[in-house]
Amino acid sequence: MDIFQIFADYLSVSIWSPYIAGLGIGILCWLAFLLSNHPIGVSTAFAKSAGMIETAVRGPEVRKKPYYRENQPTIDWEWMLVAGLFLGAYTAAWLSGDIVWKWVPRMWEDAFGPGIGLRLGAALFGGICVGFGARWGSGCTSGHGISGTLQLVLSSWIAVFCFFGAGVAVAFFIYRII
Amino acid sequence: MLKDLHNCTWIQYFLGLAIGFLFGFFLQKGGVCYYDTIMQQLLLQDFTVVKIILTAIVTGMVGIYAMRDLGWINLHKKSGSLGATIPGPLIFGVGFAILGYCPGTSVGAVGHGALDALIGGILGIMAGAGIYAAVYPRLKERVLPLGSFGDKTVIDLVQPKNPWLVIIAVAVFIIGFLFVLEIAGL
Repeated sequence: MDIFQIFADYLSVSIWSPYIAGLGIGILCWLAFLLSNHPIGVSTAFAKSAGMIETAVRGPEVRKKPYYRENQPTIDWEWMLVAGLFLGAYTAAWLSGDIVWKWVPRMWEDAFGPGIGLRLGAALFGGICVGFGARWGSGCTSGHGISGTLQLVLSSWIAVFCFFGAGVAVAFFIYRII
Repeated sequence: MLKDLHNCTWIQYFLGLAIGFLFGFFLQKGGVCYYDTIMQQLLLQDFTVVKIILTAIVTGMVGIYAMRDLGWINLHKKSGSLGATIPGPLIFGVGFAILGYCPGTSVGAVGHGALDALIGGILGIMAGAGIYAAVYPRLKERVLPLGSFGDKTVIDLVQPKNPWLVIIAVAVFIIGFLFVLEIAGL
């Protein structure tokens, strides 16, 4: 079997070793710093999208809000990164035939039943907390959790322990107590 | 440094898209764009998320500090304060466990068809970011500056003769921890 065949076969494997995925993401961080002078981060793009939508609905005075003056709601490098993230995840799932349209994840269904409304309500509430908290703490699992920690930045290490500390506590509450 | 490349807007858009594409590819292939994988991590049953993050940290750290020493790159450090870096990430963590995705993996999850990540995740995260923009002026005045500690790194705290002592110590500690996870069968 030639090397291209082995590579092609590997692309159609659903789940890779986490160490290969982690190594790949680490190398992407080098490329982002070197080629783009940017750390990888995702949550800023959500804030910018929120600002763009708010501008479209309420008009250009939205851009005068202090937050949007400091973080201009425009399409930029990070926004393109997130667009690419979607395409990459889609392609990866497509290559292994893993695209399945689904409203309720299996673990949630086992615990709380197949009701779509309950799952979407919880996801929406959780998402609001994630978006609000990510901007309050200036970063998410990518910006703090990978890009910040790998530069050994103190604020990022503190943030990551808070993400996972609160996350573990609430996950145990949801699945072990409720 | 590659100043000309950094200033070329259209190439940068393309690079952002390309790096994002590979990032999403690795997240999906790593299995972390799935609610079940993330929730099993938060329930401490499956350590895939931690393994990917820690491997990325070790790999990234060594390369980034090597390129910094060669003068190829600048670091991009985020400043923090007790008023910003503790409450925000705690709220994030609560939401993380309820939603079951983080911002990056919610986008990736939509890629494999998770509609709860689209309606709950992406819309919710945007709404949360929008709400934050609305309350930002008040937080900025009263809460965010509390207990500011700037953009210190662990190296600044330890102040070793050679920063690589800290970098190597962190790498050894993380790799050791990953070995422990594997030996424990997690």
